[in-house]
Formats: sequence, C-alpha cells, structure tokens
Amino acid sequence: MDWNFTQIVPYIPFIFEGIKVTIQVTLISVVLGFIWGSVLALIKISKLGPLNWLAVAYTSVFRGTPLILQLSFVYFATPQLTGYNISQWEAAVLTFTLNSAAYISETIRGGILAVDKGQWEAAKALGVPYRRMMLDIILPQGVKNILPALVNETIALLKESALVSTIGLADILQNANVVKGTTFRYFEPYIIAGALYYVMVMLLTWVARFVERRMRRSD
Amino acid sequence: MIKIEQITKSFGQLEVLKGISTEIGKGEVVAIIGPSGSGKSTLLRCINLLEVPTTGKIIINGQAITDPKANVMQIRQQIGMVFQHFHLFPHMTVLGNLTYAPMKVKGMSKDKAEKKAKELLARVGLSDKADVYPSRLSGGQKQRVAIARSLVMEPQIMLFDEPTSALDPEMVKEVLEVMKGLADTGMTMAIVTHEMRFAEEVADRILFLDGGRLVEEAAPADFFHHPTSERAKQFLEKVR
Repeated sequence: MDWNFTQIVPYIPFIFEGIKVTIQVTLISVVLGFIWGSVLALIKISKLGPLNWLAVAYTSVFRGTPLILQLSFVYFATPQLTGYNISQWEAAVLTFTLNSAAYISETIRGGILAVDKGQWEAAKALGVPYRRMMLDIILPQGVKNILPALVNETIALLKESALVSTIGLADILQNANVVKGTTFRYFEPYIIAGALYYVMVMLLTWVARFVERRMRRSD
Repeated sequence: MIKIEQITKSFGQLEVLKGISTEIGKGEVVAIIGPSGSGKSTLLRCINLLEVPTTGKIIINGQAITDPKANVMQIRQQIGMVFQHFHLFPHMTVLGNLTYAPMKVKGMSKDKAEKKAKELLARVGLSDKADVYPSRLSGGQKQRVAIARSLVMEPQIMLFDEPTSALDPEMVKEVLEVMKGLADTGMTMAIVTHEMRFAEEVADRILFLDGGRLVEEAAPADFFHHPTSERAKQFLEKVR
C-alpha cells in the first residue's frame, strides 16, 4: 500500500477553499429552487389551463434528462444561442435552481394536497382570498409535512453540486482534481474531498432534525 | 335575512338537495335536523357557498349570492361557520387563529384585532389559552376557539355544522352553552345538529330534512311533540 498524506498537507487548505463554492451553489440553488418550485407547485394545483400544462412539461423535461447534460447545455449552449457569455458560477446556480425546482415542485405539490381539506374550508369560510390562503394557511402546513423530503433534496443537491467541476468551477471536487494533477497523488485528495462532503451531509442531517423538532412544537 | 329559493345540488349523478325553499329571519335560530345523508350539511354549506347550488337562488339581505357575479369573499366575511372538526389553524396560536382573518382580510390593526380577540376569548371562557397552540386544547376548547374565531369577523349570520358531533360527551355542554349565549345576543344562526334537546330549547324553528327534501318545518314545540309527517314521527321515535 502506498499512501502518504505529508506530501498533500500543503494543498489541504486549497481543497478546503472549494467548500465555499460547494455551499454557495447548493444553498443558493436550493433557496431559489424552493421559491421557483413553490410557484410551479401552485400552478400545478391551480386550474390555469395552458400554464398548468407548461409547468407539467417543465417538470417532465428536467426530471427526464441527465443533470450533467443540463449543466453542459446551459454553460456551453447559452453563449451560442444568446451571445451572453455566461460564467461558470451563473451556469451552475441556474442549472441547479431549474433542476431542483422541478423535483421540489412535485414534493410541494404532494405536501399541499396532503393538507386537510378542512383547512381550505375554514380559510374560505373566513373570506380569505385564494392567494393569501395558499401563502399563510396551506403552504406553511404543506411545507412542514415535506420538511424531511426537502432536506433530502438539499443533501442530494449538495452531492450533485460536485458536477460543477465538469465545467471547471472551483468547488471541492474540482480543487481535489487540481491537487491530483499537481502532485500525481490520487488517493489522498479524493479521500479528503470525500470526507468533506460526508461531514457536510452529516451536519445538514443534524440541522434538519433540529428544525423538524422545532416545527413539531405546534403538534 | 336569508331567503332560499328552490335550491338543488347534485354531485355527479347523485342529487343531494331536491328543491328546498325556506327563509331565515334576522335574529332567528334555526335547527336543521334529519337522518344522515338527508342533505342537512350540504344545505348549510350552500349558504356560504362552500357548495354552489346546482340550481335555485339564495338571497342574503337582498343580495343574490348565487349570482355568478357575486363577490364570494365579501359574502363569506359576513357569514361565520363552525365545523364539526374545528379546523383551527394548527401552525398558529389561539390568538393567531383569532386575529389572522381580521388583520389579513379586513385590514384591522394588530392592536385592535388582539383586543377584540381577547374580548371574545374571555366570552368563551378561554382567556388563559391565548398563547397556546390548538394541539394543546381539548375538543370542547377547540370548538369554543373556533366559534370565537368566526365571531371576531363580526358576522351577521353564524352557521354551525354538527358542532358537537366530534366531541366527548362531557365537552358537549360547554360548547352548547356558548352557542346558547350567542343565540341570546340575537345572532342569526343556522345549526345542523343531532342534539335534539338543545334544538328544542334554543331553536326558534326546526327544519326537518329527509332525502334532500324539506319534509317538515315547524316551531320546536310542535315538531317535537306533534310532528305532522310520518317520516318525522319515525325519526323522532328512533332518536329519543
């Protein structure tokens, strides 16, 4: 067995620098994806005809094609189609937002439909307009139902964010790749990168449990 | 105050209401009774348009609410409704449940809404529960909060859909007392109920429904002691 971390030690801070990009891409995408996914979910449960159909088609396309293809498409095809020279960071956040919104919208839709019909009726009987009812009464309860699923989505996104290394964005995996190329060591940089992802996922799991417990206070 | 003209309601092939006409006067308390499946709840839910009648007209204070152009939200703000299963908002405290609609729907200030909410909580005997979440309340307490939640909107009419049917027997009384108190203030009320004694005591008039038709309509004393229809006689024999 040939492994030796001493040679890698000077490069460890460089790999750690990738954490910032990984977290940024994940969190921004998940927040924007949640907002966009909520809008899609509300459209899907409404009776808005063509808009409804578009939302369903959108979800179908983003769930039916590989994420790495979507990322390459956004990064490489955008300049060709629009002339806009999209940065790696913009392409990453845009792709992950659009993609996670598709998955999150389905989760939220399920969560909304699982809210007791009586809640809708009580809100209607009080004269609450549809938009307010959705935002204040139905969505908060729907989201609570699906909180564990949303955290799972965030965790999945965190791991999938490693795909941004394919367009050269300096996240954890990309920096590990660079270290590999410089030192010709493979085992050590990938073990470190893997450990970083694992710790982040565990932290997220722990945060999720905490949030869930707090939200259950009203049960 | 409420005029119901020949309303029918069908769910697909099933005709639940087969042409019902009646009137409810201002300050009148009407109990709607009848066997299950007779259309009592559907009739009640038509009054605030939770169900839209298939045909027929409902006129409240001269306004035809069944007109497709009617402002449904505004109509509902004037009609309170209490449900069998309370339907309190579980993610809000008791006070939050009461102040939500006045603030967000009527644009009342927070101070004013809270003041009013606290008055009503005192009236239903739950002043000490303002800051707890509904899950901490007993069924009877939940229903009293639900009644208070409707009353903060200052409705002109209160609808009750089997308000005590989901309660443990020892909690029925506290809810009925609140309702009785409300009737004494002159509130116009329509109550779907299985509490015959309460109906007899509090209602001004009984509507007896069976099979989607209004079979008998009479003062409580007459209805409970001298029912005219065969169907009402059979029903009363079974429930008493």
